[in-house]
Amino acid sequence: MRFSLRKAALAAVPALALGAAGAAQAQSITIAVEAPITSVDPHFHNLSPNNGLADVIFGALVNYDERVRPQPGLAVSWRAVDDTTWEFRLRPSVRFHNGNPFTAEDVAFTLARVPTVPNSPSSFATFTRPIVGVEILDPLTIRFRTAAPYPLIVTDLASVRILNRATHEGATTEDFNSGRVAIGAGPYRLVAFRQGDRVELERFDGYWGERPAYQRATLRMITNNAARTAALLAGDVDAIAAVPTSDLARLRADQRFVISEADSVRLIYLALDHSRDANSPGIQDAEGRPITDRNPLRDVRVRRALSMAIDRAAISQRVMEGTSIPAGQFLPEGTYAYVPELRPTPFDLEGARRLLAEAGYPNGFRITLAGPNDRYVNDARIIQAIGQMWTRAGVRTAVEAMPWTAYVPRSDRQEFSAFLYGWGSASGEPSSPLRALVATFNRERGMGPSNRGRYSNPEVDRLLEEALRTVDDAARERILQQAIRVVFEDVGIIPIHIQKNIWAMRRGIAHVARADELTRPQDFRPAN
Amino acid sequence: MSTTTAPPPRVETPLRRFAAEFAESRIAVGGLVVFVLIALGALFAPWITPQNPYDLMQIDIMDGRQPPGTSGGAGFTFWLGTDDQGRDMFSAILYGLRISLLVGAGSALIAAMVGASLGLIAAYAGGRTDSAIMRLVDLQLSFPAILVALMILAFLGKGILNVVLALVIVEWAYYARTVRGSALVERRREYIEAAHCLALPTHRILFRHLLPNCLPPLIVVATMQVARAIALEATLSFLGLGVPITEPSLGLLIANGYQYMLSGHYWISFYPGIALLITIVSINLVGDHLRDVLNPRLKR
Amino acid sequence: MTVYLLRRLFQAFGVVVAMSVLVFVGVYGIGNPVDILISPDADQMERERAIRALGLDRPLWEQYVWFVANALQGDLGRSFAYNEPALQLILQRMPATLELAFAAMILAVAIGLPLGLYAGLHPHSPASKAIMAGSILGFSLPTFWVGLMLIMLFAVHLGWLPSNGRGATAEFLGVQWSFLTANGLAHLAMPAFNLALFKISLVIRLTRAGVREAMLMDYVKFARAKGLSPRRVTFVHVLKNILIPVVTVTGLELGGTIAFSVVTETVFSWPGMGKLIIDSINRLDRPVMVAYLMIIVLMFVVINLLVDILYTVLDPRVRIEGKAA
Repeated sequence: MRFSLRKAALAAVPALALGAAGAAQAQSITIAVEAPITSVDPHFHNLSPNNGLADVIFGALVNYDERVRPQPGLAVSWRAVDDTTWEFRLRPSVRFHNGNPFTAEDVAFTLARVPTVPNSPSSFATFTRPIVGVEILDPLTIRFRTAAPYPLIVTDLASVRILNRATHEGATTEDFNSGRVAIGAGPYRLVAFRQGDRVELERFDGYWGERPAYQRATLRMITNNAARTAALLAGDVDAIAAVPTSDLARLRADQRFVISEADSVRLIYLALDHSRDANSPGIQDAEGRPITDRNPLRDVRVRRALSMAIDRAAISQRVMEGTSIPAGQFLPEGTYAYVPELRPTPFDLEGARRLLAEAGYPNGFRITLAGPNDRYVNDARIIQAIGQMWTRAGVRTAVEAMPWTAYVPRSDRQEFSAFLYGWGSASGEPSSPLRALVATFNRERGMGPSNRGRYSNPEVDRLLEEALRTVDDAARERILQQAIRVVFEDVGIIPIHIQKNIWAMRRGIAHVARADELTRPQDFRPAN
Repeated sequence: MSTTTAPPPRVETPLRRFAAEFAESRIAVGGLVVFVLIALGALFAPWITPQNPYDLMQIDIMDGRQPPGTSGGAGFTFWLGTDDQGRDMFSAILYGLRISLLVGAGSALIAAMVGASLGLIAAYAGGRTDSAIMRLVDLQLSFPAILVALMILAFLGKGILNVVLALVIVEWAYYARTVRGSALVERRREYIEAAHCLALPTHRILFRHLLPNCLPPLIVVATMQVARAIALEATLSFLGLGVPITEPSLGLLIANGYQYMLSGHYWISFYPGIALLITIVSINLVGDHLRDVLNPRLKR
Repeated sequence: MTVYLLRRLFQAFGVVVAMSVLVFVGVYGIGNPVDILISPDADQMERERAIRALGLDRPLWEQYVWFVANALQGDLGRSFAYNEPALQLILQRMPATLELAFAAMILAVAIGLPLGLYAGLHPHSPASKAIMAGSILGFSLPTFWVGLMLIMLFAVHLGWLPSNGRGATAEFLGVQWSFLTANGLAHLAMPAFNLALFKISLVIRLTRAGVREAMLMDYVKFARAKGLSPRRVTFVHVLKNILIPVVTVTGLELGGTIAFSVVTETVFSWPGMGKLIIDSINRLDRPVMVAYLMIIVLMFVVINLLVDILYTVLDPRVRIEGKAA
């Protein structure tokens, strides 16, 4: 009741919220996020909104900074003792929200709990599976043993939030959601979790790191784009995440609001059907008859022509309204293993036509371009724009946009010839897209799980495997760069652009925009 | 045919009487005229519009979101502006009207035929048949329209015919329930009993006697359902499940433009909205008056 | 009457069983939820583990048998996304939707009935024409579009009402309701009106049509001839007669309103069942979808039953037939 009164008082003065910050305003912040947070349990569902909340309440051994670079978290340092042994030194005198001290025991407990969370629709066990042995040297030193050399252990551990053995032994997901054991070592503690509506948080004053600016924070889940913008305009919330590109110009022009943005680590790309030798499902010749003797997409000249026919600058300006960067590889400039000379393919309509003619399609052919209409920023608009561009180059394109839930099963059944997907490299380095998107599909070895076009290049596979065995960062970077060069010179996938992440907030608030799309209250503070 | 100067003795046919009664309301006639104009515009859209908005060759993303009155690269003026893909809104609206009318009227017509027949049969036959049909109606109505449509479209994929099918499945039950309701009452009336006494064949009693007397509520429902079908199609498009995105209906145009309402590109959603409004209002004006004319109980 | 009721109950039960099969098969056919739920980072092994963990590797009939066995014990399955009982999730969200739907129905009758009555009694007055034109607008405009217009006008431009969400709540009968607080009412106003718009038009038109017909009926003519006051004729004889279709439709529409709140709840971020079902559809959270649909089915069956009974009570002609059958 106490809290509903407070909210009543706050909501009764929405107009005041836009004016000078009152005492209550400086103490609290309300942020609208774009996707529902489904659980407080940090090991239940590997889902971006949930991970964002986990970053607020809990802590991990390794943190990411806003550019997705690993930083010391609950571990102050780490080193590879040998190729298969890693030693982590833990941060001293860290306490959980309930006052329990943090020790190596808690790390061991957490690693044991992760694969055992019942009913998990997407487990965090992928991050802990490589660790085959845990050895506690002293309360603040722990060693992990892996079966094979595994350089990704550091970034993997950034996804595993640490729990407290004393508090969380036997805790269920429901216990977390009810708030009973929603106890971590993060900057905020949970006050209330109301599914589909909001999360109420209160600052944890015993937090080891930098103290967040706001005493109280509320995350409101407003999934509808227009409603989210309207909530900001009406002063119901102080900040919104994932600003719709169509509203950006208005918010930029409005003196009451400021924008924060960061280049993301999410690539939007087109996957192509590499698996069929002929009769690719969405492809016909120029007269509309199926092509029964070959698959044009198997010809690198055709793939290159399709990439050249895309005016990436126009998509960035007209469709994305400046919120994307034309891309020529998986990750943006400044990331690990970025290949400087690999530029976005320049738009060249004549060149595309020439290449098509050279490949034996002087009159072009027909293709169906598929994509979701509710997943990525402006996804359906992007494929329509590409449809226009390809049609001009002589490849008559039919565009098929559908909801994500219908799209994913169909693309998993390989029903499309050309289709749009996005890939967020959560770890900020390119081994994840290389492994998932372009490595040869292989169930046993866990390679190419999202390689829906079934691109396969032995050279890429060889380089990737070598990289995944190389613990030395500099040596691995060179091998990964080589793998990236091979993929994009062969046009294994057609990169379109890297998204930018955009937040908007009322003037007087400053925000550190993150590349990994997470919206966390500790990144906001009053501007001065 | 005969062009005699002296007025010939008028033969009082039901159709003539009906036309004369209908013509009494100037508003209804106006609605009919507007509707016919709209229908003609939709029908002849390819010859009227400067652009085929469904042909990816003819639209250019560089023309996107131009305000009304801008001259485009293609050599004509976008009198109503362009949408985000560079479609001329005037062309897109006329083409969209074709689809909306097809979807709305088509689904309402089919649903009315199916629903009314089943409703009549249920009311007339009674007993087991009645229960079976009405439980089917319950079954149908217990599914929220949106969810049924969503599932059907998830199964069948997008497409105009699939949307029509989904709308028919969603709507037939309303007609069945309505017709059965009034038929139940009508059935007890003297004229049906008289028809029974005359031993008229069942189908004749059903469709010549019972149906016309159930028409007024049927027409009320039908006019609403045409409007509803068009609006539901728009909602499905809003939820991402309507007609294909490259061939937008009026509803999809509104849904697309809806995202631009806060940013001041009002025309993308406003003009299709107006077109939708005029269409539905004209249909309803006609339907409204039709009901008065057709209602035997309002006969003087 | 008892036999009739028992038969209706039995039929209702049949409907529920048939629906459970349809719903289950229908929801099953949409797609594999693991494809949607799983993190893109997961490999093939993790995907297969998740499929097993959620019991999706079992044949459909087996899953259905399990579902029925559990449902008979009141367990409609656990949400894939929340890992909580689906029924509990829905019941948590139900008060929000119920208060929205009831507020909309109350608005619809409170606004629609008087306007419809007026339009029916004075069919040729300019005010009636305006009312009818307004009612046409009411069901011509797509709900989502009106919703955004309302937000634009009342929240963004005028700043009178909050743009979305549910307001402060207070406890009543062990449940949190927002209509008991001023802040809650402010949040409720726009979505309720948005949801009511279509129903208002419906009630206006039904009432007007009913009144116009009733005025020509012999019993009304007789009542007037008897010299009863127009007020009495209107409110006793006419109103009573037109209540039948209004009751039917209002009853039918209540369920429809609850189901249709999906759109309004999406636009206004109203944390009700409709929002839950849309979120669940978007991530193929099958247990929640099935549980939601089953609850809706039950609700409709009950509503239909009640409307049938009311019908029998209100319309003597149907009552006689019910007895005869």
